[in-house]
Amino acid sequence: MKDTPHWAILPWPAKIISYGLLAFGAVVMILPFLWMLSTACKPPQELNKLPRLKPWELHQMLIPENAVCRENYDRLYERVPLFNDYLRNSALMTLGRVLGQFITCTLAGYGFARFRFPGRNILFALCIALLMVPLQAFIIQEFLLIRDLGWRDTFYGLIVPGTFSAFALFMFRQAFLQIPVELEEAAELDGANPLQILWYVMLPLTTPTIAAFVVITVQATWNDFLWPLVVSNSPDTRVITVGLALLQGQRDTPWNLLMMGSLLATLPMVILFMILQRYFIEGVSMTGVQR
Amino acid sequence: MTWLGKTQLARRKALWGLALILPNTLGLLIFFGLPILASFLTSFYHWNPFEGREYAGLSNFIELSKDEVFRKSLWNTLKLLAMVIPGQIILSLGVAILLNQRLYGRVIFRTAYFLPVVTSTVAASIVWTWIFQPRYGLVGNLLEPFGLRDTAWLTRPNLVLIPIAVVTVWQRLGFNMILFLAGLQSVPRILHEAALIDGATPWQRFRYITLPMLSPTTFLVAVLSFINGFQIFDQVFIMTARTLRGGVNGSARTPALYLYEKGFQDSEFGYASTIALALFVIILSVTIFQLRIQRLWVYYESEDAA
Repeated sequence: MKDTPHWAILPWPAKIISYGLLAFGAVVMILPFLWMLSTACKPPQELNKLPRLKPWELHQMLIPENAVCRENYDRLYERVPLFNDYLRNSALMTLGRVLGQFITCTLAGYGFARFRFPGRNILFALCIALLMVPLQAFIIQEFLLIRDLGWRDTFYGLIVPGTFSAFALFMFRQAFLQIPVELEEAAELDGANPLQILWYVMLPLTTPTIAAFVVITVQATWNDFLWPLVVSNSPDTRVITVGLALLQGQRDTPWNLLMMGSLLATLPMVILFMILQRYFIEGVSMTGVQR
Repeated sequence: MTWLGKTQLARRKALWGLALILPNTLGLLIFFGLPILASFLTSFYHWNPFEGREYAGLSNFIELSKDEVFRKSLWNTLKLLAMVIPGQIILSLGVAILLNQRLYGRVIFRTAYFLPVVTSTVAASIVWTWIFQPRYGLVGNLLEPFGLRDTAWLTRPNLVLIPIAVVTVWQRLGFNMILFLAGLQSVPRILHEAALIDGATPWQRFRYITLPMLSPTTFLVAVLSFINGFQIFDQVFIMTARTLRGGVNGSARTPALYLYEKGFQDSEFGYASTIALALFVIILSVTIFQLRIQRLWVYYESEDAA
């Protein structure tokens, strides 16, 4: 916004209104997080208080009188002793899918971008056509396939179908197409094979795409719910979203513990977003253009 | 080996190419292609674990066409979309326009609006269930002056879709805001300057330059909202878990939830595959329909140049 032309700069009353509207909207967007945070630290007797507050007295609802964060945390783990295992399982699933997709899709993206072989265009078109089919359209059969492979309640079932991706393939192919061919030819003359060229020439030149790919995939996998719900129901391979859903489904789970659980499940992504915000935003622009 | 290429070098390169694409292509074939094909075929069968598989012709489709539950789930989705799509476009465009100026704290605002995008729908839905809790929830307390304190949002059949639409808009707003911001950045400045010389007011410039130039983005947001809207599952699954999954009288049941119930609770693999096929056909045909419509009213710069 450094080069905003003079006519696009609003007069000060309009500017103040802009700030006001934006701040109001931002508060509304953030309010659920604050409500989650405050409830997670409230003792049970404060949950069912009936304050009858005016909107400007909101802070009285948001700030617990007696904050008991640590007790609620301990009580959550008493109720769900495996909560850390769920977090770990989510992390493992995320790691597996990101690594797997990175390997298969950079290879395939490079193959489709730079090599001529019979059937290339048809194969690529078929891969891209898969983008139009949502998981729900074939989830029954996907489940039956995993069941027949004996992969129910295993990490194979959680990870393997997620290591192949038409979306990441498309992303990496586009990125490789932007790189001048001369660089590869120079490496080829030096006797490098395609794998070496991919690793030493192509990938270092596509770091923004790699970063966007990583944050998109990490975020999507960590938050994935439907597939883990269907394919993995044993405590050993239960991921955090399914664990939370179970906790919510038990009607006697108090809200402060549910908010503590939601907080712990959300925190890793919030922290990741704060650090790598730029790549999240770039990722959106890329997905938007792609769809 | 001549089918691979004329020279030895071309053949070697072709082999490398095939080897590079092999893992992903094979994986996509096995874990996407096969199930998609099998799903299509299964929709012509009666199939459950107890009675086995039996060819059923079109009977699943005939049953589906008379299925009141399925019809209601489609109707629920349309009602949701009627709230989500306009809400999504107006709010995310509004925020994008406000953010698209020289302001202090732009990054902070952008962070606040984008944060819900990165949170899991499951956690977000749990938090919003608590927010919409009658009597003790945040919404009840804030809307007390309107007599809405004890409103049971999630158990009243005519209200339950509102909280679900609110979560959906809240979670996607930041995403669409970024798309609109990118769209706003790409409006050629020269158009505004020309209009200024002609004495156009800010409103006229917005109405006759910005808005038409943004139509591809608006269209994209609408299509994405539509496609996502027909796949809504997590929100409904979570938000109605404590009362009655799918809402009282199925007032919150979406096609995806119905598919889940038929496929994984009743184990009716054949009928569930038919639901899946119907869902896919709806999404695909409306996408194609919208792609055709957009030629009529979406303004693309390249057409102008041609």
